[in-house]
Amino acid sequence: MSTEDQNNTDVNLQRRKILTGATGVVGAVGATFMAVPFVSSWLPSEKAKAAGAPVNADISQLQPGQLLTVAWRGKPVWVVRRTPDMLKILPTLDSGLRDPGSENSAQPDYCKNATRSIKEEYLVVVGVCTHLGCAPLFRPAVGSPDVGPEWKGGFFCPCHGSKFDLAGRVFQSVPAPINLEIPAYRFLSENLVRIGEDPKQEGVV
Amino acid sequence: MSNQLNDSQANKSALLGWFDARFPVTDTWNKHVGEYYAPKNFNFWYFFGSLALLVFVNQILTGIWLTMSYTPTNAGAFASVEYIMRDVEWGWLLRYLHSTGASAFFVVIYLHMMRGLLYGSYKEPRELIWIIGMVLFLLLMAEAFMGYLLPWGQMSFWGAQVIISLFGAIPVIGPDLALWIRGDFVISEVTLNRFFALHVIALPLILVILVFMHLVALHHVGSNNPDGVEIKKLKDNKGIPLDGIRFHPYYSVKDAMGTVFFLVLFALVLFYAPEGGGYFIEAPNFEPANPLKTPDHIAPVWYFTPFYAILRAIPDKFLGVLAMGGAIAVLFAMPWLDRCKVKSIRYRGTSFKVLLTILVVSFVVLGYLGTMPATPLYTKLSQIFTALYFMFFLVLPFTSANEKTKPVPERVT
Repeated sequence: MSTEDQNNTDVNLQRRKILTGATGVVGAVGATFMAVPFVSSWLPSEKAKAAGAPVNADISQLQPGQLLTVAWRGKPVWVVRRTPDMLKILPTLDSGLRDPGSENSAQPDYCKNATRSIKEEYLVVVGVCTHLGCAPLFRPAVGSPDVGPEWKGGFFCPCHGSKFDLAGRVFQSVPAPINLEIPAYRFLSENLVRIGEDPKQEGVV
Repeated sequence: MSNQLNDSQANKSALLGWFDARFPVTDTWNKHVGEYYAPKNFNFWYFFGSLALLVFVNQILTGIWLTMSYTPTNAGAFASVEYIMRDVEWGWLLRYLHSTGASAFFVVIYLHMMRGLLYGSYKEPRELIWIIGMVLFLLLMAEAFMGYLLPWGQMSFWGAQVIISLFGAIPVIGPDLALWIRGDFVISEVTLNRFFALHVIALPLILVILVFMHLVALHHVGSNNPDGVEIKKLKDNKGIPLDGIRFHPYYSVKDAMGTVFFLVLFALVLFYAPEGGGYFIEAPNFEPANPLKTPDHIAPVWYFTPFYAILRAIPDKFLGVLAMGGAIAVLFAMPWLDRCKVKSIRYRGTSFKVLLTILVVSFVVLGYLGTMPATPLYTKLSQIFTALYFMFFLVLPFTSANEKTKPVPERVT
């Protein structure tokens, strides 16, 4: 005890404790509010959000079996022109897929179908592996040497070995949990795809 | 030196007296250096604490100088590192000191931790030193990871992409958490900027404070030693431990010798293999970051590969992340998982020796597997050694409770 305390024999320690406690609580509430700007400043800025504008892809030069990469929101988006043979293989793969009906996967409702597309011929898909975000490799040929003789064509992620078919559907027993994401898109004309915009809300960004 | 110091204490110079009346110069020196009594039987393994400090100073110093020429922007980052390497006077040396220093830091820290496991330095009364040390290890990994993004090469970009995506695997909050960390929908300049801030200011500051606490706690309870004997139990009539010697000059000189040997090895790597054969700076990092193309083979820098192998071994996204985190988290619990009273491996039973060997072998093999592509054989091996790694922590509480130990001597040998 300091001399000051000994001199003030009538000091009310209980009251002092309550006052100190109350000050502490008010201070803690204030500190919590002060944390908001610091924590929130890490969220995407208005500029980052605005950068998500739609992009157009010209597919007039795309030959059957070819893939075109477009950058949308800094991510690769692929447009694949599938051949009739490729489309024929798709339904035969269902039993080996994790989510053949795309029940747990991300796609617009208008692409929640067997080929995950608006027009069967064109697959538009975000080229980011749903495991840990690598860009998978395009391996369209049946039996591609680096994937295996059983391979029916699709995408292979070099990072952790995830495999997807030519509708971006994930195979079983690979680390990726769900199918590749299908972005919102619409056809502006026969040869022009607009990525990042639904067909219904035309003109609205 | 110590005698001279004692004399100066007896009749302090006027100047020192002036300072001592205002700041505990002499007291602090004596408590932590001049009269800090350390066990006299320190061996090879006891070099790595002071070496970690040395490397830390190297990182801070070279880091500050690199900051002077580095630009943390999307367009400028990769080019500014090339500018440092080619145009800045001695820039190549500063940069290689920093990048080689990062790998040296982990070599030293892993050996430092190994020492703790060998001689039971995590046991009572040093649990808190171990915990602070583990927090330091965790922050060091964060520091290294963020630093690796700054050169803005292909491996910087895709390594960060994979690691930040790990947070996205956490149920419910994951995707938002990953977005919050990146500050953008993809890794971008925003991410680069905040990693730069954390790498050069926030984390080094916390590291300095924690290193200080690590040492204060150590000097409070006293150092362990290869015999695991508490030297404070037996003291002479002046209260000095019988088996203790002053840190200075005895261990300051010994550590200086360790420093010389370390610097020779460090210089050899620095001047003849600064990229460490692709293990210290990976080949794809000499290409600028390209968000549209992943390198064909992604592997983290060597010091992360054991944990990376554990991540890949589990064929489930969230469980894999959990196992990787768990592999580090279990180390925090070592003081309580190990229930044997005997500290040093010298007097411990066969079961502990076998288990520790399995742990070390698993860690090294996982480290190798983490650098290799995920072929079916390597994945199988990763799974086996992941199981063995965790087995150490599962079995230890049972075997250590009634271990057949040898008698521990009264004094150090």
